[in-house]
Amino acid sequence: MSMPFYVSPEQIIKDKADFARKGIARGRSVIVMQYDSGILFVAENPSTALHKVAEIYDRIGFAAVGKYNEFESLRVAGVRLADMRGYSYDRSDVTGRSLANAYATTLGTIFTETQKPYEVEIVVAEVGADESTDQLYRLRFDGSVADEHRFVAMGGSAEDIEAQLRQSWQDAISLKQALAMSVGALAAGHNGDETIPANQLEVAVLDRNRPRRKFRRLTAEELSDLLGSEVGKDSENTSAEDAPAESGGDVGVTDAE
Amino acid sequence: MLNGTGGIPSGFLDTSTSSFTEFLQRHTPQLLPDAVTGATNEQLAPHGTTIVAVTFADGVILAGDRRATMGNVIAQRDIEKVFAADDHTGVGIAGSAGIAVELVRLFSVELEHYEKIEGAALSIEGKANRLSTMLRGNLGLAMQGLAAVPLLAGYDEVRGCGRIFSYDVTGGRYEEHDFHSVGSGSYFARGSLKKLQTPGQDEQRAIEVVLQALYDAADDDSATGGPDLTRGIFPVVASITAAGFARISEERLGEAVREMFDERMQRPDGPLAPVGE
Repeated sequence: MSMPFYVSPEQIIKDKADFARKGIARGRSVIVMQYDSGILFVAENPSTALHKVAEIYDRIGFAAVGKYNEFESLRVAGVRLADMRGYSYDRSDVTGRSLANAYATTLGTIFTETQKPYEVEIVVAEVGADESTDQLYRLRFDGSVADEHRFVAMGGSAEDIEAQLRQSWQDAISLKQALAMSVGALAAGHNGDETIPANQLEVAVLDRNRPRRKFRRLTAEELSDLLGSEVGKDSENTSAEDAPAESGGDVGVTDAE
Repeated sequence: MLNGTGGIPSGFLDTSTSSFTEFLQRHTPQLLPDAVTGATNEQLAPHGTTIVAVTFADGVILAGDRRATMGNVIAQRDIEKVFAADDHTGVGIAGSAGIAVELVRLFSVELEHYEKIEGAALSIEGKANRLSTMLRGNLGLAMQGLAAVPLLAGYDEVRGCGRIFSYDVTGGRYEEHDFHSVGSGSYFARGSLKKLQTPGQDEQRAIEVVLQALYDAADDDSATGGPDLTRGIFPVVASITAAGFARISEERLGEAVREMFDERMQRPDGPLAPVGE
């Protein structure tokens, strides 16, 4: 008669965490960064249809890496939570903090109570009246939350990217500077020299100067203008609305390179 | 599994619908306006009155007077009954004000919710159909005298023109051509619109036409308020074009209203429609 193997709780948690970390590390990276008039989201994402960065509410944006189906259902839940709160109370009562708490509880429960943890890492960003009131919450697969400042990088080469960003960081930079810094750091995540073409980038901002809905995606033309002429030639085939999602599989189930 | 811990309830993670209303029906039906039932009386709640819409070369103008009535009492003289539902759609509402305002609030969340979840805005027909479904949900209250009747005006980005949809209390949806009006003063307003509007007119002309139509409605319908020069209360007029929904400024309206009054001092019944020319 065989005895069931004893596995210690520490080992179970560790195995789950390693599994989730590996899944997340396979994907491409996303940077969320403060600039003088808002918050910038830059994702390496060749798909124009399957987004890694999205609008949740008037002042709140969402960025994620990892398994697409998992973070997509979290995004949809976040939009619902925010819309329901705003509809039953008032639009001004929807905050990034409460959303981050809800995500944290959900991710924590999934991590401890299910066989397979979510292989995702997300950022909930809320743009404030000025830079000091901007909020960036980073949520990990196990439900841990960190209140971040200045920038957050997630995904495969997050550590290299954050190291690069720490070196080049300056306060109160313009959108153009922030974008150049992010794209440079993403390229550094690929061991250096190669530049990332504009059609491989998904870029959006939470612009505090916009009237109500602060979230806006940058069009291919704007992106080329901001990045300078060396990527401008790509603008013909990067039109965000028109390009077919032929490479959509990249952010699909595994997000593997 | 995820309930009771302060996290996201499991219903929120279900991805089968992009509709906010359907989601509320499943998850929190008590938040929906149609969940309220009980005996009612028309005189209990304020009623909004006349809404007009007319197309012009670049889009569509939607306008409403500012009066709300409760029986024979003027409940409010500066109520607003024309709203932006999203960037390219406006809704004007006649009927029971509380229900109508709630309907528009839910409708605009519905449109934004869909846009955020799907990553693309609904077509104008899709928006018109959603409003129809929501209106049908209010039929019970409408039968008890608390009806709300919207007029939807929007810019169709596919066809590149302004479009108008009218509704009945059962949720029936009808596309109107060139112009339409709803509310207690709508018959007088529509007669006026019919004589004054010309297809392809410019924006300024369309604004003057809706102001004349609302004046004519106020002239013959006691529940419709005319422009109030003493208090500076003018109709709400919105222009919806490719550039989006924009309210016409008070200064521009004030000028057009004063001009109209000057003309009406000469001819109280308004501009003469030419016959047999």
